[in-house]
Amino acid sequence: MGWESWIVDTLRRALAYGTPLLWGTLGEIYAERAGVVNLGVEGMMILGALSAFAVAQSTGNPWIGVLAAAVVGGLAALIHAFFSVTLRANQYVSGLALTIFGLGLSGLLGTSWVGISLKNPLPKATIPGLSRIPILGDALFRDHSYLTYIGLFLAVVLWFVLYKTRWGISIRSVGESPSTADAMGINVFLVRYLCVIFGGVLAGVAGGFLSVEYRPSWTEGMTAGMGWIVIALTIFAAWDPLQAVGGVVLFGGLYHLAYRLQRWFPPEFLKLMPYAFAILVLAVAGLRKVRRGAPAALGLPYVRGQR
Amino acid sequence: MTVYLPVLLYYVRIMAAKRTDVHREPLASPQDVALFMRDITKAFPGVLANDRVTLEVRVGEVHALLGENGAGKTTLMNILYGLYQADSGEIYLYGRRVRIRSPRDAIRHRIGMVHQHFKLVSRHTVAENVVLGLAGAPFLVPARAVEGKILELGERYGLKVDPKAYVWQLSAGEQQRVEIIKALVRGADILILDEPTSVLTPQEAEELFKILERMKEEGHSVVFITHKLDEVMAVSDRVTVMRRGKVVATLPTSEVDKPTLAKMMVGREVVFRLEKAACERGNEALVVEDLWALSDRGLPALKGVSFSVCRGEILGIAGVAGNGQKELVEVITGLRRATRGRVVVLGEEVTNRNPRRIADKGVAHIPEERLKMGIVPEMSVAENLILKRHHRAPFCRGFFLDLREVRRFAHHAIEEYEIMTPGPETPAKLLSGGNIQRLILARELSGEPALIVAAHPTYGLDVGATEQIRQILLEQRRRGAAILLISEDLEELMSLADRIAVIFEGEIMGEVSPETASLEEVGLMMAGEKRGVVL
Repeated sequence: MGWESWIVDTLRRALAYGTPLLWGTLGEIYAERAGVVNLGVEGMMILGALSAFAVAQSTGNPWIGVLAAAVVGGLAALIHAFFSVTLRANQYVSGLALTIFGLGLSGLLGTSWVGISLKNPLPKATIPGLSRIPILGDALFRDHSYLTYIGLFLAVVLWFVLYKTRWGISIRSVGESPSTADAMGINVFLVRYLCVIFGGVLAGVAGGFLSVEYRPSWTEGMTAGMGWIVIALTIFAAWDPLQAVGGVVLFGGLYHLAYRLQRWFPPEFLKLMPYAFAILVLAVAGLRKVRRGAPAALGLPYVRGQR
Repeated sequence: MTVYLPVLLYYVRIMAAKRTDVHREPLASPQDVALFMRDITKAFPGVLANDRVTLEVRVGEVHALLGENGAGKTTLMNILYGLYQADSGEIYLYGRRVRIRSPRDAIRHRIGMVHQHFKLVSRHTVAENVVLGLAGAPFLVPARAVEGKILELGERYGLKVDPKAYVWQLSAGEQQRVEIIKALVRGADILILDEPTSVLTPQEAEELFKILERMKEEGHSVVFITHKLDEVMAVSDRVTVMRRGKVVATLPTSEVDKPTLAKMMVGREVVFRLEKAACERGNEALVVEDLWALSDRGLPALKGVSFSVCRGEILGIAGVAGNGQKELVEVITGLRRATRGRVVVLGEEVTNRNPRRIADKGVAHIPEERLKMGIVPEMSVAENLILKRHHRAPFCRGFFLDLREVRRFAHHAIEEYEIMTPGPETPAKLLSGGNIQRLILARELSGEPALIVAAHPTYGLDVGATEQIRQILLEQRRRGAAILLISEDLEELMSLADRIAVIFEGEIMGEVSPETASLEEVGLMMAGEKRGVVL
């Protein structure tokens, strides 16, 4: 294999594997930019994966499956929003509970779907024009899922919204200093609810991608720790949608390379990779004295009248 | 039943407040009155923060709202700004009754508020802060749309600030201007300023007063919350004095003087000058040499600080908050690492020793944040009183605490320092600010320390507690303790300290004697000018 096709292949795999990570990370970035940590990404993804598969299999239309995943992800996030924003519960505990709940519930409800392969998975597409670019065209714009293209486009849109629009200023202010936003007439609770739910919708789609496109089938626990990688990538990307794309491709590439190394390393080592990566990112982020980019009010419930 | 009793009492009090007919000041003439708040009552659990408060602010006047901490000034203004809801009472703007349920309502009614702790997103630009929540701002790139407006207002009112600068890069005075611009961009006719000078140097305060003059000329009305009498005299047209949630009086400033206002504010005569014996300087208790340290954010906070304090004298450290005072205290008491330099206590180097070792050398620490660092709020008064010495005789014998000895000491300390508490077993968090500070002093001073590091010891206390604590510090000085007094209150430093060193951005700008130095001179040094005896 020549080096060109090797690079194309690695990039292609990185992007395919990275698609659910990208959707999940973009969603988590928005939730955290509004000041709410949601450790329930894994739970929302797995619920999304199951609902996408079940609905796609029943209706025969994978797009309706993805839609169902989005709705279910959003509803799951609503639970987290209610506990962490309205009840001001500890966000970390609430998010962890959501993950455990999602994994358990999907395992219970999914038993009858195990072992069936999806009749009609999500189609792939090639973008005319762009796919003609040498090397990059083949790697990025040929035979990828629609969700991959939408994800990349979404990253640009979300970056623009965050930094260049009125909504973006409101969201960032709520995450940096909710009391300031409140004093300027911003509805802090509403912004936080919407961002958390939006994050859940994206996490749901991320899960749906796994079960109706990446591996068109349902297995219990098929997200396999991706939700945790999303949390780590959010920090790695410094809460910036465009940097998230870079982080996702980098991590997807690493994962693919490790996969290639399977000949020399035991599979247990590869399973360990995502968690080791998450710990590594957190350790590096912790070593830096200045938490670059972290919203100042991240993880703190807002109570009016407190400083 | 017992659970409902406090709730019941609370409502009884509100109803009583509603029923009583109070004397009302006649309105000047409806057109001249910008704001009229009538019979505002607001109770928090345990306190009646506003008790039938009536406030009238005329068009184009600066109206001072004077009172001690806890008098209810800020509560009243938070009600006006929609952050709290009054239990009863009415608000009129230009003669029209209004209801203000949220800051959004207040902004719509053209009320602007500059909070004591600025409501700014420090990581955003000035323009982004101004445009936040602004009605009618364009959806796309809204920050650019207000840049011109910011410059224009800056020109008109003397509020110069760069719209593209990040807020964290600005000085406190500039940040305050951003807050005022925020209110003006929203068309505020009535501007509330909550303790606006507390973070400013005297010169910056002068500039603020000029800006307020400009605003008056343009027809704005300003409510100026303060507890400083000089400011009332300098800037206001009329003054409303509050005490313990009630209005004492509203008067034209030209008809009152400082002693009268002080008496109204405190409820009794106030002595402005402290009796202070001459300084009897002994050996050097604390020597600091070329001290460097980093802030929490990893930036240099102390850049080569040197000074010494002798037994029997008070060295005051003046400066605007955030110029390294906190780090200085923490390095001396062992709570923060020095990256360079030496700290010598009573001739022995203690640089970067652990806090207990330094405390055992005879260093008392009266910390800036009473509740966070001064006490363990959940623990009892008695337990808090022995905290530093709980591991030593007489409070501890081997593995066990000698509880009888602890109680005995607690009773003694409560009596000596006049700590108002139901008993030694009461959780310390239930005490008032002044009593918590007395508790801390009782603990810290019980071992007759050679050096006392006192950070903002009277901050936020009422006049009574402030006086007592200043007397205690002077008593310690007479006993022969060396005292390092960090304070933002220049008057406090001027009356207590024997020497004043001024700190700016982690450097000592120089040292002056309070007898000869003027406030203006100290103010210039606080703004970064080297003067006096440069160390």
